[in-house]
Amino acid sequence: MNANTSSTAVLGNGSAVAWRDVPELPVQQLVDLAAGQIENGGRLCAWFGVNEPAGVRIVAVIAQDAENALLVARSEPFSGGYEALTPRHAQAHLFERELWEQHGIEPRGHPWLKPVRRDRGDGPAVVDFYRVEGSEIHEVAVGPVHAGIIEPGHFRFQCAGEEVLHLEIALGYQHRGIEEALVNGPDRRTWSRVETIAGDSTVAHATAHALVMEALANVEAPLKAQWLRAIGLELERVANHTGDLGALANDVAFLPTSSACGKFRGEFLNLTALICGNRFGRGLVRAGGSRFDVDTARSKRFAEQLRAARAGVEEAAGWLWDAASVRARFEGTGMVTGEQAAEIGLVGPAARACGLVRDVRYDHPAGWHRFAQVPVAVWPGGDVFARARVRWLEIQRSGAFLEEQIEGAPEGEERVAMPEPGPDTLAVALVEGWRGETCHVALTGARGEFRRYKVVDPSFHNWTGLALALRGQAISDFPLCNKSFNLSYCGFDV
Amino acid sequence: MSLFIDTVLRLAGWLLLAPLIPGVINKVKAWVAGRRGPPVFQLYYDLAKLWRKGVVLSHVVSPMHVAGVAVGWVALVGAAMLLPLGEGGLAFRGDAILFVYLLAVARFCTALAALDTGSAFEGMGAAREVSYAVLAEVAVITGLVALAVESGSLSLSTMLTPSPGAGVALLGAGLFIVLLAENCRVPFDDPNTHLELTMVHEVMVLDHSGPPLAAVLHGASLKLLIFSVLLAEAVLPLGAMPAWAAAAALAGAVLAIAIGVGLVESFLARFAFRRVPLLLTTAFLLCLFALLTAWKGSEFGVTESSVAERGAPAAEPFFGWRP
Repeated sequence: MNANTSSTAVLGNGSAVAWRDVPELPVQQLVDLAAGQIENGGRLCAWFGVNEPAGVRIVAVIAQDAENALLVARSEPFSGGYEALTPRHAQAHLFERELWEQHGIEPRGHPWLKPVRRDRGDGPAVVDFYRVEGSEIHEVAVGPVHAGIIEPGHFRFQCAGEEVLHLEIALGYQHRGIEEALVNGPDRRTWSRVETIAGDSTVAHATAHALVMEALANVEAPLKAQWLRAIGLELERVANHTGDLGALANDVAFLPTSSACGKFRGEFLNLTALICGNRFGRGLVRAGGSRFDVDTARSKRFAEQLRAARAGVEEAAGWLWDAASVRARFEGTGMVTGEQAAEIGLVGPAARACGLVRDVRYDHPAGWHRFAQVPVAVWPGGDVFARARVRWLEIQRSGAFLEEQIEGAPEGEERVAMPEPGPDTLAVALVEGWRGETCHVALTGARGEFRRYKVVDPSFHNWTGLALALRGQAISDFPLCNKSFNLSYCGFDV
Repeated sequence: MSLFIDTVLRLAGWLLLAPLIPGVINKVKAWVAGRRGPPVFQLYYDLAKLWRKGVVLSHVVSPMHVAGVAVGWVALVGAAMLLPLGEGGLAFRGDAILFVYLLAVARFCTALAALDTGSAFEGMGAAREVSYAVLAEVAVITGLVALAVESGSLSLSTMLTPSPGAGVALLGAGLFIVLLAENCRVPFDDPNTHLELTMVHEVMVLDHSGPPLAAVLHGASLKLLIFSVLLAEAVLPLGAMPAWAAAAALAGAVLAIAIGVGLVESFLARFAFRRVPLLLTTAFLLCLFALLTAWKGSEFGVTESSVAERGAPAAEPFFGWRP
């Protein structure tokens, strides 16, 4: 680590630090510190503002993957603006736009300063698109209402014929104000809000929230609960990846895999329901542990159904990989290079499909993943094929993990009593959801209530990757590229 | 009077049977995927539903938006009526050329109706549709020329009823690829997709509703039937069969083609747009070699016997070529 380390607090995943112990720097020094850490292999996990009487503080959370460390620093309260980090490191661009939108702090020198979720009025951020001029250029606007039943988002393409020169994505249609609503919690509504940040990543967000709560209260969940959370998380991964493989097949009109994967995704969701009664894992994770236990009879049934579903997916995926027409469609489509991925800070399968070894379960293990590892699935290439392969590898590896783990439940309670959250404390948790790094940061006030709660969904990092993947592609390949990333609209919009 | 009844019966046959073909294709696809699938008659239900619905019109469109659909539908019906079904029917010298032009008129009108909305999507779809057509039409025309050379006639009834020559496999393969392209089936287009940006035909008709949409859907199924019948008649030696056997063979062949389309859609992924010209060029080359076989094959006596059987000199000379 470099000399700057002394000016940051070094945290492990799922741990807390007293607010006064977080080093405080003048804002420009914080920017320099963040830039230096990113140059040294760091990644920006979160960059957000905290309101103070004297202005706004910026809090930076930077992950140093090689050292399993999360570095946290904060700026002195200020108002007005500062020299932006984005020109030096593009991965900060959405964070700084968000900061400007939420707190009115101007990152000076930001090359594309516009709202993230809302325009200057109250609607979604459909303003001021980048335009390519020329008589041969045409602009295609897609959404927010789509021909299928999907989430709302607006896509603006600058095209020369079929070729896409530039794609700009405007979201915010599902902004519900979850971060603001969590402030002054935790209360009875907190869990419902956290579990619906992105409905298909319920277990990932719930686990991140539970880790934050436990870090604030300085307790650890019992092993039984950690085990159950890991099972829920991997099930969520397998179910969603299976659905995505089917959806990718559907987008290239390859029906056999499409139909079969739809069925087996349901089988995996049913396994989640077998544990907690809800197919999306709602209610499975709670602070201090889990609300459910798995007895021997149920784990037997689980293992049987899991084996059957895994065999089915194996067969359905085999058809997909064996079809030359599918391969021809996937290969070379929607390319993102490893350098681009690192520069814009991609996470999750999208990053691993560019050859980046980047997985929270491996880099910052917490909970049960400290004891039982899932091998990191990496595939070089950066195209749709690579993203599909990474998903398939993860289906296999997480499936094997589940089969191995379900028989070996640790002894003991599944839940411990939760003390009140500590006052004036900052806690950080990262969870590798099926889309990638899910980051929750909580800061408590004098009574232990949430003063600021920051949620960074993996989609927040990855939407830019989709825009880059489309450069120079045919516009007709957009749905396929979009599906290969399969990012969350509501997770981004919070 | 009997001509009148004959014409009405043909017309009714074409119009009523056409929506069956997409139903059969969808059933095959569902069956392969292990699903129950929509009923075979689903398109009939859809058409009936659309016919009862009102029309929603954009305030920027001109009357061409609806007129294009109507003209396109009528052109397709006209093209269907030109195809020979047994004895009698509409037939004259050069009707093959009219047939090709009627199909082109139908496409032109659909594209014009799409462009009329001014929507970026529909413009994109129309551009794609006509760029496919440039290659597909060449293949169809080459195939028809091969049949014309083979039979020494420019009338569809003579071109399609006699037994075909040695190039039949080439011609059949070429026309089948053209059938898939012209009717926007996989691997050229995905008729089931909900993704606007990948659509070809569907995106051109996004702004149609009610009875005009019914006409578009019915026209599409009619076109599918036209190409199936054309393919079947070009390949099968229907002229050499008794009438009932020819009818049964034609029905069987059309059914087999529908099942074939369903199987192709079940086992093949859709191609990227940039690969489509390659496949259409292949179709053109297949038809071109069928033409060469028909033209030069006779010099080596390949088709002598078939020519002798049907007493060909009745046919008019074509390109100065005589059997």
